[in-house]
Amino acid sequence: MSEPPVLETRGIVRDYVSGGGFGARRVVRALKGIDLKVERGKTLAVVGESGCGKSTLARIITMIDPPTGGTLLIEGREVDIARHGVSREMRRKVQIVFQNPYGSLNPRQKIGDVLSEPLKLNTDFSAGDRRDRAMAMLLKVGLRPEHFNRYPHMFSGGQRQRIAIARAVMVHPVLLVLDEPVSALDLSVQAQILNLLQDLQDEFSLTYVFISHDLSVVRHVADDVMVMNKGEAVEYRSRDDIFAAPEHPYTRTLFAATPIIDPARIRARVEAKATRAVAGQ
Amino acid sequence: MALLEVRNLSVSFETAAGRFFAVQGIDLSVDRGEVLAIVGESGSGKSVAMLAVMGLLPPTATVTADALRFEGRDLLAMSARERRGMSGSEMAMIFQEPVASLNPCFTVGFQIEETLERHTDLDRAARRARAVELLAAVGIPEPEERLRSFPHQMSGGQCQRVMIAIATACNPKLLIADEPTTALDVTIQKQILDLLLRLQAEHGMGLVLITHDMGVVAETADRVIVQYNGRKMEDTDVLSLFERPQNPYTRALLSALPENARGGRLPTVSDFAPGGAA
Amino acid sequence: MSATDDPDLLSASRPAGPAPVSPWLENWRYFAGNRGALIGLVVFLLTVLIAIFAPLIAPHDPAQQFRDALLAPPFWVEGAKPGFLLGTDALGRDILSRLIFGARYSLMIGLVVVTLALVTGIVVGLVAGYFGGWVDALIMRIMDIILAFPSLLLALVLVAIIGPGLFNAMLAIAVVLQPHFARLTRGAVMAEKNREYVMAARVAGAANLRLMFRTILPNCLGPLIVQATLSFSNAILEAAALGFLGMGAQPPTPEWGTMLAEAREFIQSAWWVVTMPGLAILITVLAINLIGDGLRDTLDPKLKRS
Repeated sequence: MSEPPVLETRGIVRDYVSGGGFGARRVVRALKGIDLKVERGKTLAVVGESGCGKSTLARIITMIDPPTGGTLLIEGREVDIARHGVSREMRRKVQIVFQNPYGSLNPRQKIGDVLSEPLKLNTDFSAGDRRDRAMAMLLKVGLRPEHFNRYPHMFSGGQRQRIAIARAVMVHPVLLVLDEPVSALDLSVQAQILNLLQDLQDEFSLTYVFISHDLSVVRHVADDVMVMNKGEAVEYRSRDDIFAAPEHPYTRTLFAATPIIDPARIRARVEAKATRAVAGQ
Repeated sequence: MALLEVRNLSVSFETAAGRFFAVQGIDLSVDRGEVLAIVGESGSGKSVAMLAVMGLLPPTATVTADALRFEGRDLLAMSARERRGMSGSEMAMIFQEPVASLNPCFTVGFQIEETLERHTDLDRAARRARAVELLAAVGIPEPEERLRSFPHQMSGGQCQRVMIAIATACNPKLLIADEPTTALDVTIQKQILDLLLRLQAEHGMGLVLITHDMGVVAETADRVIVQYNGRKMEDTDVLSLFERPQNPYTRALLSALPENARGGRLPTVSDFAPGGAA
Repeated sequence: MSATDDPDLLSASRPAGPAPVSPWLENWRYFAGNRGALIGLVVFLLTVLIAIFAPLIAPHDPAQQFRDALLAPPFWVEGAKPGFLLGTDALGRDILSRLIFGARYSLMIGLVVVTLALVTGIVVGLVAGYFGGWVDALIMRIMDIILAFPSLLLALVLVAIIGPGLFNAMLAIAVVLQPHFARLTRGAVMAEKNREYVMAARVAGAANLRLMFRTILPNCLGPLIVQATLSFSNAILEAAALGFLGMGAQPPTPEWGTMLAEAREFIQSAWWVVTMPGLAILITVLAINLIGDGLRDTLDPKLKRS
């Protein structure tokens, strides 16, 4: 039998209950049955606008929140945190990198401790071993040894995102959920972080769930793309297919709204404006 | 005569670590009916330069320029009072966070009418009518109803529309938009950019669009200024920028775009960083 | 890694930031810039030294009665007796010596009360803020009930129930002060617990206890330290009040509040017997409050002058 997919979800549903107390209880369905499958070493990009449920999905895949319904399988093994909780072993397999590099590092923790904490919690390595491994990872993500004993506020956004990525990779997870990892970064830094993610994927044969709203980034990183709108997966196909011919009306709206850099388009636009100016005079 | 003319503008701040120049020796001009995009990454000083033009910098900032002229009038020679009267009427500015830019304690109607009261001689009824007209012009449905809404009852996109309504209330000749769509979803971004361009064309305004998004530049600008570390790197028309970028930094920036990636890896700006970076 | 991946050359080369210093050093520099806080700190440290070396400094035994020098005035007043710098009380005990030994009690009261209130308040507040729901509702309603009483009155009632005495008084004051810590902790924990770094620690495998005490708590300490300082002086004041009312330390203990109580009847005839303990309380409390204000400015980034 072939290897099971690293990540598989079947009909994941998530409800939020608002109100309660004296007000009327209202149930909001944030996810309406999500099915997806990601093979080892592949990247699934989840695309959508704010409120589409992509971050809720990230929290469920990362086993932070339980789904209201449906099945989550990691490497073919079912996870049910609502009933059985998460074993250390399972917890280790899925890690997450958040969007905001300023909120995702504990301000009172030195970088060295940020990196060695996952080892302390998940392995039996000695303190010296943990330190060596944390230092090695620090260098691997492109930081310098003297950064080991500094606090997060001394770093730029891009450097913090490197640290967050290093922390996630410390325990050798099989799956990394990247929740808008480059959205808060400058273009040049974004390119560096995307390159780093690619290097790490190659080295550790990591599987990525890459959540983003930026189609040009998605096109660069993804193998498969899932477009979400209002808690539903409206389109889920390979990257090349979806970019070649988006099928769902929402996907088309999204693609049409995304600014494109195309000299032919720019020339047409500039010429049209010039014509209008002449006509106006 | 250019609508806005800036020559050798420098802005510096006194910090604990010494004098820090946010903008160094920038020249720029904007014509009537022109869309100028100012592009740069964080720390490039792209917002600071325009805040200096608007006179919105804190007193800790030192602004120097050989010339700072709006319609030929010297902004540096004006009193603070004259400049306040000018900003909001003849030139206006909108910002990145629309929800934070509106006062949460007052209805949007009140905030639009407040601007009209300050800058026009319209009476109460005329102000109200104008406010409805403005909301309709920025594409807000049921404008009469919406006048009574508070900012938190509206979405981010609608708040940005309200900000645009306030900014264009007195038919300004120059509108400065500082990352107006960065906090918004792409579909909303498209609507807001279309709205800005439509208003700009209708009124023949000069529009300065501060952004970090090359896609937005490609879809909106006539002319582009690229800024880096407080200095101007490139000043060119939009087509040349993308077809024949002259400055190494601009070239690096463009090649860092994911859509320009050749093969798997993206070149990064540090490979090209100009001398100014060191 | 290739040179391509040199991290953030651009951002690193932007305005050369200040040399990295540890947060503690940075805070100290900021604190030291506040003159009032610095004076408070010096006075407080002096008090601590006096308390520690009381037997060496005090000219007399605090309980020794000099029958030939009853109610002797301080040295600058006519009729002063040599050897009694600040005069003597109605039983002929040296006031200076009693004040010096009293510093020990005051500091001990502050320390014990604050430690008790801080530790229980933090635990209670952490549990309430972290778990939320009915646990939070139950705990916070109890805190509200305690806060609804005038604090001195509640302390008095508690002491009346468990019996007068210095230790019971401290216990009662700790109970009264504790809800402030619980509330403060709860608020800070609720703000911090949904931050991404907490989520990241949980995903890394941290269990509830570790998340509460190792991840979240250190980020909530700023306001707690400030509250602890201010409570320190509060505790001294309340203990003095209880002592004054006869419910705290019992005579002949040279506790400042008790000294005040004993001297009540001499307010008209021998002012120094009342004034000196009062001044001692005033100076100590003032010094600690100055420290507290300085700490608040230092640790609360919103109040920082940039």
